[in-house]
Amino acid sequence: MIVVEGVSKYYGRNPAVRDLSFQIEEGECVGFLGLNGAGKSTTLRMLSCLLLPTSGAIRVGGFDAEREPHEIRKLIGYLPDTPPVYPEMRVDEFLRFAGRLRRMTSKQVDARMPTVLEKTGLADVFDAPIETLSHGYRQRVGIAQAMIHEPKLLILDEPVQGLDPVQIVEMRELIRSLRGEHTILLSSHLLSEIERTCDRILILKEGRILASGTEDEVVTQMRAQPAGYREAVNKQWTLVEVRGGEAEVRAALAVGDLTIMELTRAAGGICRLKVQSGADPRELVAKQIVEAGLGLLTLTRSQSALEDVFVQLSHTGDGDAAAPGGAEA
Amino acid sequence: MRNIGLIIRRELGSYLKRPSGYFIGAAILLLHGLLFNAFAISDEAQLSADVLRIFLYWGGIVTMLGGILFSMRLLAEERWTGTDVLLFTSPIRESEIVLGKYLSALSFLSLVTLSSVYLPALIFVNGRVSVGHIAAGYLGMLLLGAATLAVGTFASALTKNPFFAVILSALFVGLLELCWPLGQISQPPMTELLGFVAMHTKHYSQFQRGLLSLSDVVFYGSVIYLSLLAATKVLESQRWR
Repeated sequence: MIVVEGVSKYYGRNPAVRDLSFQIEEGECVGFLGLNGAGKSTTLRMLSCLLLPTSGAIRVGGFDAEREPHEIRKLIGYLPDTPPVYPEMRVDEFLRFAGRLRRMTSKQVDARMPTVLEKTGLADVFDAPIETLSHGYRQRVGIAQAMIHEPKLLILDEPVQGLDPVQIVEMRELIRSLRGEHTILLSSHLLSEIERTCDRILILKEGRILASGTEDEVVTQMRAQPAGYREAVNKQWTLVEVRGGEAEVRAALAVGDLTIMELTRAAGGICRLKVQSGADPRELVAKQIVEAGLGLLTLTRSQSALEDVFVQLSHTGDGDAAAPGGAEA
Repeated sequence: MRNIGLIIRRELGSYLKRPSGYFIGAAILLLHGLLFNAFAISDEAQLSADVLRIFLYWGGIVTMLGGILFSMRLLAEERWTGTDVLLFTSPIRESEIVLGKYLSALSFLSLVTLSSVYLPALIFVNGRVSVGHIAAGYLGMLLLGAATLAVGTFASALTKNPFFAVILSALFVGLLELCWPLGQISQPPMTELLGFVAMHTKHYSQFQRGLLSLSDVVFYGSVIYLSLLAATKVLESQRWR
């Protein structure tokens, strides 16, 4: 669906994106994660044909972004960081205009409108002027205009920005419900959003891809990075509470690369321990404990490895750890 | 054509829904009336044709002002509010955006300008002028307004701030007009060359006398075409920034 090859974008002398290469298949939901200024919006704007790369090539749906932007525009629905809505228009009037701009006939818009209003939760306010709506509802109108023409590719730049917690949950549900119907690209500086909605993550820092893949793949890639990230990933542990003797527990868990970092005894014959391992050890731990005939009470992972990586990302400066350079997309 | 029609419809709807369109329209009509009263009508007896000529002279200036004011929100405001993204990510050409925006503002400006026709009609109460003179005068006024609006559309494409856009278009129009007095104090052939670009003083004077000159119509047509072409090129170049 999308092929990006060696794309760089400079604003004057400042690089916004440097030598970016990645591919996105049809039907995927991919999240661009990075701090403000990491190059997320610039990348999405280039994919939407709003900007041309300084160098490199972008193909969307088989069309070249430089020579055939109009063909690409037929395929995409784009929601920028501020929803592009005309405040004086009514919701349905605006969506009709957006649909007609995307070459839909009046009949097609009429047929599509109820589905879009229903999906985006705008059915109750369809005849309200947009200027009277709250920020959360305007954001929904923004998504509605991006999906009215059933685009193959939906590009959402910071879709949860400025929303309150309830609206964030609703927006997350909405984006999830759109998976499968469209290929979705979204950006966020909030890890939790990307983690919960996307199949694949691209971590950007200073215009470069630092890691890409599923959550586990990203964590693995980060392990291969210089010290800063490795430490962050390695800090992760799993909390286990088991009813049984200390020796039995130790024996049961002496398998693979499981390491018991800490073991304390609690009342009622319960052992509380922190376990560390290369991959997610929960399945292995559960299997070992049950097979040893011990009672498994708790099995929880500490904050996600990705979160550790991301926190580390935000704290590292321009030192070695922040510029691994060799990450492949 | 379909896309241009879509944009015109949306723009006209927006003029009717927002107070700014009414406000500018009312201000223009008020100015027409005030200037007619102040300069065209006097206590002394004068020829009806002179009254009409003076009305058309000031009417041209008011229409230019209207053109500048109506043009400011065309493209600059879209960028200011971020709604330009909707247009630029849709399969629609930059020239269609510019034309749609321009024609919508032109229809509104024409509507307001033609609404002032009751003023020259008042001349018939105590005098007599030819309807042809009024028609030629209004054609000139509309062409002058259309050319100013096109220059303003170009200025509006250059900035994202509607306020700067209005200053910029006033500056462009003012500079073209300033070429006339500059031409008067310089030697030929500069007199002719400089004077040629003055939209009001040079090319509108025949219309004020009720005369239709093809060269003036061609001049206005060229200004409109070049300004809109330049605005389109500015929009197209935004992708390269």
